[in-house]
Amino acid sequence: MTTNPAILHLLLTSRLSVTAMNWLTTALDRIAADHTTIRALFPTVGRHCGREGLLGAPDAHETSELHRWSVDDAARTLMLAALPLSRAELGTEVAALYRYGDAAEKRGVLRGLGSLDSTEELDERALPLVHDGLRTNDTRIITAAMAAYGARRLDQAAYRQGVLKCVFLGIPLSDIDGLDARGDAELVRMLTDYARERRAAGRDVPADVWRVVDPNELSRET
Amino acid sequence: MRIFDPHIHMTSRTTDDYAAMHAAGVRALVEPSFWVGQPRTSPETFVDYFDGLVGWEPFRADQFGIRHHCTIGLNPKEANDPRCREVLDILPRYLAKDGVVAVGELGYDAMTDAEEEVFTAQLDLAREHELPVLVHTPHRDKVAGTRRSLDVVAASGIPPHHVVIDHLNEVTVDLVADSGCWMGFSLYPDTKMDEDRMVTLLREYGTERMLINSAADWGKSDPLKTARAGAAMLAAGFDHNDVDTVLWRNPVAFYERSGKLVLDATDTVEQGATFAGNSVLRGARPGS
Ligand SMILES: [Zn+2]
Repeated sequence: MTTNPAILHLLLTSRLSVTAMNWLTTALDRIAADHTTIRALFPTVGRHCGREGLLGAPDAHETSELHRWSVDDAARTLMLAALPLSRAELGTEVAALYRYGDAAEKRGVLRGLGSLDSTEELDERALPLVHDGLRTNDTRIITAAMAAYGARRLDQAAYRQGVLKCVFLGIPLSDIDGLDARGDAELVRMLTDYARERRAAGRDVPADVWRVVDPNELSRET
Repeated sequence: MRIFDPHIHMTSRTTDDYAAMHAAGVRALVEPSFWVGQPRTSPETFVDYFDGLVGWEPFRADQFGIRHHCTIGLNPKEANDPRCREVLDILPRYLAKDGVVAVGELGYDAMTDAEEEVFTAQLDLAREHELPVLVHTPHRDKVAGTRRSLDVVAASGIPPHHVVIDHLNEVTVDLVADSGCWMGFSLYPDTKMDEDRMVTLLREYGTERMLINSAADWGKSDPLKTARAGAAMLAAGFDHNDVDTVLWRNPVAFYERSGKLVLDATDTVEQGATFAGNSVLRGARPGS
């Protein structure tokens, strides 16, 4: 699934104050005119636009792909989409924003990659950022690494490891992208082993894992 | 008792400390960047350290219902190593970050020329970025170091009420009280100040512009010293309002000048509850 900037823009218009929306509009114009301005604007998004959920109360929209997004994620995604750059130049600017970003900026970059990916401009240039995000222990960053771009671009082995890491860290499977398209027998095998290990230790298996794992498989010897 | 520890190095502390701090009433803290025991030898290791202060450490604190902020700066000890000087060039990038509420710890260690250069350069950065300043006073030759720090601050043109001079004691408090700067006191198990001496100073100087911190780090220190100071204040006849002034409202007022203090939402986090799919709070997490 891709994150359409037009939809994000519409949601932000309904969520942000007039002052915040004006700030964002000016910021997007400045970035479109001069890509270097994004470097100073990117860290200040939370202060101007806030940090609350993009859809309001999270559980009211559990089924939406955007239920984990915050308004600053959406604003940063629009900023990335406004960059007047392509291919290698785009990759370099995005990588620098990630490298020098705090946790919220890194999360914003990883989420925003999804809308840059729709044009093929970025190709696999931002894949190292996804790998970096998956090496952290910060659940917000890991979840964002497993959003649209990561879910589409990771190779199969890395994607499976990403899913398993999310399960280990208690990140709901509904928060990560691409399971329908990329879930395979090997991933089911890994999750089944995980469930068996949890059971052996007398611990609960997360409810969403049971949606993937067949309980009958657990009693089978390996 | 709600507590804001305005100076504590959580990078060196355990999750047990976070849990005990929350139980004692700590809901917010500031972690100043400082030296980490082992001297660093290149700017790159500072970048990773600063990234932790605006990334991993606030995430860890969140799991325990404590709001984490930090100060960023090149500390006086490592200011003396020319290999670390380029850290000054990367500071502006971090001073722009959300969680960075002051420049610091700055000041003197051995009172060298290099320390003074780096101190002055960072006071300029604080003025440009409109951030408060946290000044560390030296362990050795403390009175002279405190006096010289106050001179450098005065020469910088930064208003004194935007500056805290930290690690004060009975012999340095007067200098700072007269300067108009905020007065910081680090309560340590053996060295620096203790809670009874602190109470005596509060009786004498009042609660205005007074900040109490644990300065807990990788050395022998106690992250609950702020709570113990609050208890000592109450035992000595101060009321809850006085305690709240010193342990909460004062640090909030000081760091609020940054415009970046975020104090909402942490009280709702329950110990033991899952929080944003946390990984740190989860006790026995085998091999992940
Ligand atoms: Zn310190």
